[in-house]
Amino acid sequence: MDIYEKITALVPGVRLEEGATPTLYVEPASLHEAAVALRDHAELQFDFLRSLTGMDWGEEGLGVVYHLESTRLGHQLVMRTATADREHPELPTVCDVWKAAELNEREVYDYYGVIFINHPDMRRLYLRDDWVGYPLRKDFDESEELNPIRMTNEESSDFTSVYVKDDQGHTVETKQVLFEDDEYVVNVGPQHPATHGVLRFRVSLDGEVIRKLHVHCGYIHRGIEKMCESLTYPQTLALTDRLDYLGAMQNRHALCMCIEQAMGVELPERVQYIRTIMDELQRIDSHLLFFSTFCMDLGALTAFFYGFRDREMILDIFEETTGGRLILNYNTIGGVQADIHPDFVHKVKKFIAYMRPKLREYHEVFTGNVIAQERMKGVGVLSREDAISFGATGGTGRASGWACDVRKRHPYAMYGKVEFKEIVFEEGDCFARYMVRMKEIEESMNIIEQLIDNIPAGDYQVKMKPVIRVPEGRYYAAVEGSRGEFGAYIESRGDKYPYRLKFRSTGLPLISCLDTITRGGKIADLIAIGGTLDYVVPDIDR
Amino acid sequence: MEMTKKPKIKGMKYEDFNDNEYLENMVKELNANGVNVLVGVLDDVVNWGRSNSLWPLTFATSCCGIEYMAVGAARYDFARFGFEVTRASPRQADFIMVAGTITDKMAPVLKRLYDQMADPKYVIAVGGCAVSGGPFKKSYHVVKGVDQILPVDVYIPGCPPRPEAMLYGMMQLQRKVKVEKFFGGVNKKMSQEEYRRILREQEGMPSPNPVAAQAEAKDKE
Repeated sequence: MDIYEKITALVPGVRLEEGATPTLYVEPASLHEAAVALRDHAELQFDFLRSLTGMDWGEEGLGVVYHLESTRLGHQLVMRTATADREHPELPTVCDVWKAAELNEREVYDYYGVIFINHPDMRRLYLRDDWVGYPLRKDFDESEELNPIRMTNEESSDFTSVYVKDDQGHTVETKQVLFEDDEYVVNVGPQHPATHGVLRFRVSLDGEVIRKLHVHCGYIHRGIEKMCESLTYPQTLALTDRLDYLGAMQNRHALCMCIEQAMGVELPERVQYIRTIMDELQRIDSHLLFFSTFCMDLGALTAFFYGFRDREMILDIFEETTGGRLILNYNTIGGVQADIHPDFVHKVKKFIAYMRPKLREYHEVFTGNVIAQERMKGVGVLSREDAISFGATGGTGRASGWACDVRKRHPYAMYGKVEFKEIVFEEGDCFARYMVRMKEIEESMNIIEQLIDNIPAGDYQVKMKPVIRVPEGRYYAAVEGSRGEFGAYIESRGDKYPYRLKFRSTGLPLISCLDTITRGGKIADLIAIGGTLDYVVPDIDR
Repeated sequence: MEMTKKPKIKGMKYEDFNDNEYLENMVKELNANGVNVLVGVLDDVVNWGRSNSLWPLTFATSCCGIEYMAVGAARYDFARFGFEVTRASPRQADFIMVAGTITDKMAPVLKRLYDQMADPKYVIAVGGCAVSGGPFKKSYHVVKGVDQILPVDVYIPGCPPRPEAMLYGMMQLQRKVKVEKFFGGVNKKMSQEEYRRILREQEGMPSPNPVAAQAEAKDKE
């Protein structure tokens, strides 16, 4: 509570709303000023925008919820703003304060039609430009007649809109050029083997040097957040595994944790142990796949087969206990789906003993290779300030010297009780990002080794009510996913359905910093940079 | 007409496959429409070659794509069955594994990729999303089944399908290829008139007037 009192004293134009989650309310008129004060004041230093969520509060209008954190002082904050005008909703942008807001505000515009004044690029982020309506508004008309499947090829406009206020306070739309007529623009994706899914870039080139890059998302935008609003809480769990399918365990862990914290469920220690081990196995799985595909992108096909061969061992372990290889559906609200298989402990130990020498082999095969080093070292440098401002967490942030591991920042499950190093590199280049992930495999194995022999006896599932209702309020819980902070934000009105469920994507901040780090680099390095950022596209588009 | 020759897949008996009726019905239907199926040894040779070197397009949108990569990797290794390499260019690919959800925004892109492929070409719908929309059936931005935009040859259900299921589906495609007639015109699975009409429509030309066409034919005589 201290921090909220401090802020109401220091920052003008804010009001504290008490409740299940204390929230700071800011009038749109003073939002920008408040944002600058929150970031720059020596006692506040909120430099990390964790999550930005668009909201439709019905009668109160449309608005945005901001989750802020200070990387230096460690305190957190929830802030919100709203506008009652549903016809022409307008809010000031904060993307000059936190760069992470740039794509997130475009997402809010896409979902709710809220125009952000002074935002440099106010286009839809996911949906096509000819899409009718704003899908996450509560009064959105989902009929097929309005939005049939359009089979015409999509036009990519070279212009964008910027909305500014004129002297009389009217909003004026101005057209800005994205690509000049004489620029040489190359399209990469959405069907491209090295974009790791259906991501699309438009790259302006000068020779083979990248002048600027625009990301086009939405080719796998499945509308998960809207669907969740009409699903009961246990049903929403099913969709989390399909977001970032290489972090299926962790994603579901985040949502379960968020619901459990909201309901005040105490978990047996056995569940915490199992969840932690499963999360770490999932991380190793993801990093092995990163190694495989990244090396393949750089032309080392052998590494692809090595990585996949070893990954199959983890999938076997998963399969025995959960029944799934990729989509695991394991965590439930208040526990896990099934107890671990009798062979689980033995197989995990066997895997770790097998994996350690294999990692050395990986380094011999690929890491030390001259070509690999030349292509990674000094390429695509992301500074620490940018990483924080963009909110690029996970291996990417840690490679730039930002200790952003949620397992250390806000320990959950068993992470507070095990010893492990947070791998941090200073260089911020592709090599550092690659090494962070390779070293994290070792750390994950260390964590598992500390836990695997001591799994306590007990229940694997707390008895829950047949209908799960989350008490009214706003809840946010985050876990360290395979590629960064994965958060789930629930706004509940006490129903059995969430009023709004937002997932803090791990990948969206990663692609938002692509333009910054690829500028001035070579087009071929785009593949190496994209590979080491290690995004998963369905997680970006949701 | 009975199916005279049964497509052979090495290591798996004809009776062990499901949906044999479908294959038999397909042959019957083709025969009824005047398309000769299984004419001769030459076709057998060509189909043997074609069915054992089907190259997929590198195309995956979501979760199923990872399992699909696993099928291509060392343990399951679809190269054993002749799927050999995935091709990044649709011009060099024989079939698309539609692995993953197809959204409204992706639909025209997928159609374009399909159009860019050279005939004969095939489509496999992999996973619940591509089959029917799967878990995202209620979404506002998901195509409810890829068969709404492309002709699908094989459906592989699952979320995601196991690698074995994918291999099985791909073998089903091989069987389908094996019963097709290759010589003497491409088997379009439609009558010649219909095919010409579609071609003309695609190029924006009006459908030929049957009366005028007849008159023209008479003039030539």
